[in-house]
Amino acid sequence: MAETTVSVERPGRLKEFWFYFRENRGAVIGMWVFMALLVIALFAPLLAPHDPTQQFRQHLLQPPVWQEGGSWEFVLGTDALGRDLLSRLIQGARFSFIVGVVVVMIASTVGITIGLLAGFAPKWLDTIIMRIMDVILAFPSLLLALVMVAILGPSLLNAVIAIAIVLQPHYVRLTRASVMSERHKDYVTSAGVAGAGTLRMMFITVLPNCLAPIIVQAALSFSTAILDVAALGFLGMGAQPPTPEWGTMLAEAREFILRAWWVVTFPGLAILITVLAINLMGDGLRDALDPKLKRS
Amino acid sequence: MLNFLLSRLLTFVPTFIGVTLISFSFIRLLPGDPIIVMAGERGVSAERYAELQQQFGFDQPIYLQYWDYMLGVLQGDLGQSFVTKRPVVDEFFALFPATLELSICAITLAVLLGIPAGVVAAINRGKLFDRVLMSSALVGYSMPIFWWALLLIIVFSGWLGWTPVSGRISLLYYFDDVTGFMLIDSLLSGEKGAFGSAVSHLVLPTIVLATIPLAVIARQTRSAMLEVLSEDYIRTARAKGLPPSRVTYVHALRNALIPVITVIGLLVGTLLAGALLTETIFSWPGIGKWIIDSIFRRDYPVVQGGLLMIAVMVMVVNLTVDVLYGVINPKVRKS
Repeated sequence: MAETTVSVERPGRLKEFWFYFRENRGAVIGMWVFMALLVIALFAPLLAPHDPTQQFRQHLLQPPVWQEGGSWEFVLGTDALGRDLLSRLIQGARFSFIVGVVVVMIASTVGITIGLLAGFAPKWLDTIIMRIMDVILAFPSLLLALVMVAILGPSLLNAVIAIAIVLQPHYVRLTRASVMSERHKDYVTSAGVAGAGTLRMMFITVLPNCLAPIIVQAALSFSTAILDVAALGFLGMGAQPPTPEWGTMLAEAREFILRAWWVVTFPGLAILITVLAINLMGDGLRDALDPKLKRS
Repeated sequence: MLNFLLSRLLTFVPTFIGVTLISFSFIRLLPGDPIIVMAGERGVSAERYAELQQQFGFDQPIYLQYWDYMLGVLQGDLGQSFVTKRPVVDEFFALFPATLELSICAITLAVLLGIPAGVVAAINRGKLFDRVLMSSALVGYSMPIFWWALLLIIVFSGWLGWTPVSGRISLLYYFDDVTGFMLIDSLLSGEKGAFGSAVSHLVLPTIVLATIPLAVIARQTRSAMLEVLSEDYIRTARAKGLPPSRVTYVHALRNALIPVITVIGLLVGTLLAGALLTETIFSWPGIGKWIIDSIFRRDYPVVQGGLLMIAVMVMVVNLTVDVLYGVINPKVRKS
């Protein structure tokens, strides 16, 4: 009996979600762009016309194909070391996606666990946890990440770790807030009466009902992670050259800013498009998942 | 009201202690001997090493070190710069006006454009204007501002030659600091063209720093307005025949502004993080550039002090907003 109700309801929910998500045209566009970027990231080595680190010494700072002096061999031009910009951008998509995925995974796993803990823990432990989160949130995230990288040493991995740590308090707060509002509902009480242990209550009974705002937050922190890693790379505290990370590419391109507009323009455009696509999707997710906002 | 104020102040204390703990641990978490790390390639003599060890108190047990640090902080002593040998607090207050001037200009621009944009978008909900405005707001919100800064430099400084690329004022002008705000000081100096030079230096950094706050404010104003406009009392106001402009600007906007003010307060952190990037790109001599430069110079006492000062500033502003919110909205006080 229970089986059948579940199997009837599930597709209904997905359908409902899709119904609201589809209403937001921007979100659908964002999703398609995101998918395209994902494919590019997955198949980067196959799609890139050249090796992203290979230097073509006869083609330093060659402009893109539509400008005088450009050629189809280097569609978006080359950088100051003669490396193909398009290939570097394609390879860079990989780094951005990996960064986004890893940061969201670390930050959400840690944040959700701590948030559930805070929601179920006795008052004193809850207070301690939330004060610690307040402390982390008192620092602008980029600054704290920067200082952490200064301690750990500049590299892409350390930048990712730092940003994950800086972003996880948001998950803690969200999870705790939803747990607080769910905890005293009848279904939780009945699960408790039925003999569910604390762990089961936390992860199986309550967590699935808190997921909606967390999913929206995941989209948000995916784009924040990409922006912050690029900013760290730009400041020289993220991925190190010659890694084709978009922010690092911008840092290398800075001195040619007035001579070769393309080396500066395209990496930033790549960051903007990726972040914009994810934020568009995030808006759609929020509309579709948050019933309070559905009609506004 | 007093209870409300006290309860907010009480949560401030543990957070402040936590923040000092983080800035205190920063130097001590550096891998290896912190003094050797800070000295870097400069190296350090044996006497200087002993002197520094004593200055930082590394020869004492850790809880005593923290106690000394905390005493120093409470008396306004954040240590000495490793490079310039000047007190960190002095350097901070010497550079802070530059950051403050830039931030005030940026947030003013963001508020002056963002609130009207949000209101107009909400009134014309779903129409072309709303869609264009909200799409631009989302682009602004997604903007990597360091790249935005470079683009503006390419166009306005490179191609058009309208604005200078770096600094606060042209080197042709020299006058004393009075307020630390270049716009005011240049006017006070009475030198011809000084004010214009200050303005032209300020324009691009202001636009860059205002971009994300502008987008956030416009989006927040729009959604707050939409929520308020669907309230019953708005319908009543309309039904009794008040002119639409009065309903929008007096009845609706006043209530819609409450959440917007909170958001503006929360943007202080965003502004300071943005200042790190903006000041670095435009060589703007403020605390953002100071901290970034200090990280690269391994001037860790400065980084430590800057970190603490910025966190405290963010906390004070958040507390103020929180309290103000309680003043404007009595419902918050009770809960």
